Amino acid sequence: MYTQALDSPGVGHAALASADEAERERRFQERIDRDEKIEPKDWMPEAYRQTLIRQIAQHAHSEIVGMLPEGNWITRAPSLRRKAVLIAKVQDEGGHGLYLYSAAETLGVSRGELIGQLLAGRAKYSSIFNYPTLTWADIGAIGWLVDGAAIMNQIPLCRCSYGPYARAMVRICKEESFHQRQGYEIMLTLARSGTRAQREMAQDALNRWWWPSLMMFGPSDAESMHTAQSMRWRIKRFSNDELRQKFIDVTVPQARFLGLSIPDPDLRWDEAGQRYASGPIDWSEFQAVLKGEGPCNRERLGARRAAHESGRWVREAAAAYADKHGDRAGAGRPGYAQAS
Amino acid sequence: MITAADCTAGAVSAEERFRYLLRLADTSLVLGQRLSGWVGHAPTLEEDLALGNITLDLIGQARLLLAYAGQVEGRGRDEDQLAFLRDAPEFFNVTLAEQPNGDFGQTIVRQALLDAWQVELYHSLIGSTDEQLANIAAKAMKECRYHWRFSCGWLVRLGDGTEESHARVQAALDGLWRFTGELLTPDALDAHMASHGIAPPLAVIRSRWEARVTAALEEATLRQPPPAYFPWLGKRGVHSEHLGQLLTEMQHLQRLHPGATW
Repeated sequence: MYTQALDSPGVGHAALASADEAERERRFQERIDRDEKIEPKDWMPEAYRQTLIRQIAQHAHSEIVGMLPEGNWITRAPSLRRKAVLIAKVQDEGGHGLYLYSAAETLGVSRGELIGQLLAGRAKYSSIFNYPTLTWADIGAIGWLVDGAAIMNQIPLCRCSYGPYARAMVRICKEESFHQRQGYEIMLTLARSGTRAQREMAQDALNRWWWPSLMMFGPSDAESMHTAQSMRWRIKRFSNDELRQKFIDVTVPQARFLGLSIPDPDLRWDEAGQRYASGPIDWSEFQAVLKGEGPCNRERLGARRAAHESGRWVREAAAAYADKHGDRAGAGRPGYAQAS
Repeated sequence: MITAADCTAGAVSAEERFRYLLRLADTSLVLGQRLSGWVGHAPTLEEDLALGNITLDLIGQARLLLAYAGQVEGRGRDEDQLAFLRDAPEFFNVTLAEQPNGDFGQTIVRQALLDAWQVELYHSLIGSTDEQLANIAAKAMKECRYHWRFSCGWLVRLGDGTEESHARVQAALDGLWRFTGELLTPDALDAHMASHGIAPPLAVIRSRWEARVTAALEEATLRQPPPAYFPWLGKRGVHSEHLGQLLTEMQHLQRLHPGATW
């Protein structure tokens, strides 16, 4: 009775297939352990593929949604140089979104599909972009803290096991490091050589962005669902808490140099551990923002949907023109028809 | 406002040269300010990046021209003082540049009509007797050629795309055409600059602009609207209601914190 089922052809195949699968997975893990890059046409476990799609898509969506809070200050930038730099920065974020969607496409999912998930509210993006940019100093704080935190997260991704993602991250990290410096330079101008009102603006921005920036590293290691497997696959190389600590250790002296204070009464230097000890993070806020209850979740998704909807007739026109004229003048460049 | 009687018969005065440079600078600045509103909101990611690039070029042109204008004026005003601390009547951009973005079709029509003008104008300004202006024009002309390629390409796609896109872009053209007379009709200052070889005669620009635009509209299957009666004169500081609003937004931090550096 118990063995009967083994004789049926279907099960025999499945058993063989799974033995085969286990062998492939073993060889796959060996390649990972040797630090070989996995390329799009290589065999990979389905769970590896899905994990990467989820992670790369979240990253791409974060870049695109992240254009909005900073874009909020482009028309009000206080000098022509600042305006040009901010436009270039926001444009870089759009470019990052493009490479990342392309990297995701190598895993067999289209940009249109991923954008559809974002607009339907089914995809996640970084919680930080659901906070408002209320003053010009927020543009400095985002560059300094948000891009600073992003770099901590992203530099290890340049060595990620999946080739297309790792290569995209090399370029992205170079640009992010420029963004971080421009943000810090805004803070320097406001906090060290600014008027009293400008210094207050800088402190207020740090007060509002500090904790959300720490939350960017994700839940603590004890709570993180995906960390262990992602580390085994070398998609991830350091845990959330390790990266968060590194960020704190680097950033606290930068705040001191600015003459600003970190809004954490428990923050102190831990001589024994040679690191900063900091106060507890309010994870209920993080969870609420993830669930869509942050200050600007509705506005951000609303703005993305509005851009998509009000651009529909434009994409349709481009596709119709390309059909009529056999793709003349590059009218059917990738991205038009698929994202309709 | 500079009138025929004010234009010096002989040499070009610093004031006249300053005013003329501001026409060019302010047109790039105001158009760039308008376009920058698209960043993050364009119909596709590719268009978002393209509009951002054009915006950056325009702001770059404005910075070079404003810096030079400030030097010519000789009162120590730098690019930011000129951009952020002048009021609407002291801006001399052509009125078309300040018109609202509207939908993507309206933005494209505004852009194409101005790109065609800037390409021709900067192309001619490369031969200006004003060497510094000629150098700026050589850089700007190359940029504007790309802008025209982008806007003309979209004008054609939208005009000859779907019924909806055709109707939208024709409506935008009908609404904006009345601002084109100003680009092509010389006033005393234009004529004075032309007579000294600083700028080309606008009659030359008119015929080249018309050739470009007529061909593009034809390919886009769009109907060219009739000439309009009312002469808009943003280039002499008389603007539409939109410029004041645009400047209020653009200048607010500089106005709120006088003397602060950013």
